[in-house]
Amino acid sequence: MTAKPVPRPNADTAPYWEACNEERLLYQKCGACGHNQFYPRSICAKCGGGELAWTEAAPTGAVHSFTVVERAPSEAFKPDIPYVLALVDMADGYRMMMNVVDCDPAAVEIGMAVRIVFENRHGQKLPQATPA
Amino acid sequence: MADNAIITGVHNTKVGKVPGSSAMSLHAEAALGAIADAGLALGDIDGVICAYILTENYPMLSSAFCEYLGIEPNFNAGLNGGGATGAMMVMQAASLVETGQCRHVLCVAGDSRVSGMTRDQAVAVLADFGHPQFEVPYGISIPAAYALVARRYMHETGATLEHLAALAVTHRAHAAMHPDAHMQDPITMDDVAAARTIASPLRLLDCCLISDGGAAYVVSAPDAARDTARHPVRVLGAGQGHTHEHISQAPSLTDFGCKNAAARAFAKAGVTPSDIDVAEIYDSFTITLLVELESIGFFATGEAGPAALAGELTHGGRLPCNTHGGLLSFGHSGAAGGMFHIVEAVRQLRHEAADRQVPDAELCFAHGDGGILSAHCSLVLGRG
Repeated sequence: MTAKPVPRPNADTAPYWEACNEERLLYQKCGACGHNQFYPRSICAKCGGGELAWTEAAPTGAVHSFTVVERAPSEAFKPDIPYVLALVDMADGYRMMMNVVDCDPAAVEIGMAVRIVFENRHGQKLPQATPA
Repeated sequence: MADNAIITGVHNTKVGKVPGSSAMSLHAEAALGAIADAGLALGDIDGVICAYILTENYPMLSSAFCEYLGIEPNFNAGLNGGGATGAMMVMQAASLVETGQCRHVLCVAGDSRVSGMTRDQAVAVLADFGHPQFEVPYGISIPAAYALVARRYMHETGATLEHLAALAVTHRAHAAMHPDAHMQDPITMDDVAAARTIASPLRLLDCCLISDGGAAYVVSAPDAARDTARHPVRVLGAGQGHTHEHISQAPSLTDFGCKNAAARAFAKAGVTPSDIDVAEIYDSFTITLLVELESIGFFATGEAGPAALAGELTHGGRLPCNTHGGLLSFGHSGAAGGMFHIVEAVRQLRHEAADRQVPDAELCFAHGDGGILSAHCSLVLGRG
């Protein structure tokens, strides 16, 4: 059986994933226009500026939308079915995709407050959401 | 209007499980079919546009296809806008012929997604369309991504599961009128409701098919089209809209690039949604079509679902839509999936659609979307 995919950091994202391994969540704040950016890039997608400051995120948010997945994309996810895939609006004003974990899928709803926990995925920690 | 590019030939192969087919054989069959439909010879083709395939690895697909077919065109390129590619091909080919760079451009795609891969492989390969670092590790699938749209859209607009089911049922009824369609057995509202959930709220029958199949068209210069066999279908307007690739980066889950794409195409053609006789709009999932019908302006927000339930999207209704059965029931063979809509649009405007014909169809709106409502291309086509 294939293992679940592990993110492969690149030059844009390595600081983000290294911080995750210390259980810290980062985003990029643009020094030119103030945009709070996620996912990490080499430039600001709002203004094109390059002064992006890694910033510690408030580890809380609210569910913008979610689905309970019952048909897995690969063998690796079959044992998790049914699992919740969600888009979470973070307190700092950007959106992340995560699973909502340690929670009955039937209890998830739009607007539900969540906080970040970290899953250890074969040595790389991944941010996940759980009810706040 | 006399300067508009003309779609002179179209063809679709058999769709569904096509024994003995390969991605390239489907390309070749579709291409030769479209050239024959136009009344042209292979040697008349001086431009080729291909898309992409998933079942075999050809990094330069368009070159590989020309090699396979044994042709040496003056212009040859690949396009990849996911499900929008079929419409983008028409827009790109129209530019080539309207600027005198080519006379007859062949647009072709096909893939053997049933015969050339397992269902699990198809689902897995498609899931890799998620962002490799910020979506794929969370177990995204294409249905799950569209389900995120569906949940939010229903939350904000009051759309219901019954509205989605009505779209699925209507598409199957349309497919039953097309001899080449993948799925022709009628389904009921209860069948959709009872189908197993794939990613809530989407059920199996809210999802498009996975099919073998190919499609092609020839887009010709206005003067060159005089040499062809069929009633001309003019490309009156085309437009694109692009807001994101990955659903986690979409600026909105209820408002997408189809709005701008359609507005640009309508403005170019000088018509409005109420002028359209028949629509062929990308329907990878029932929710895809619902969102697009409202975003594009055919229906006000919250009104497309009730319209589907009331029979407004079929023959005799306000906007007969996806008269071939769409991706939901005619079939979905990758880039060819979005081309089937345009093949049907051309047949409707030529008045060749047999039992499916929308009487006196003069104007058709066709639309493709790629990714997760990411890349959009709209066309306004007219009977010439």
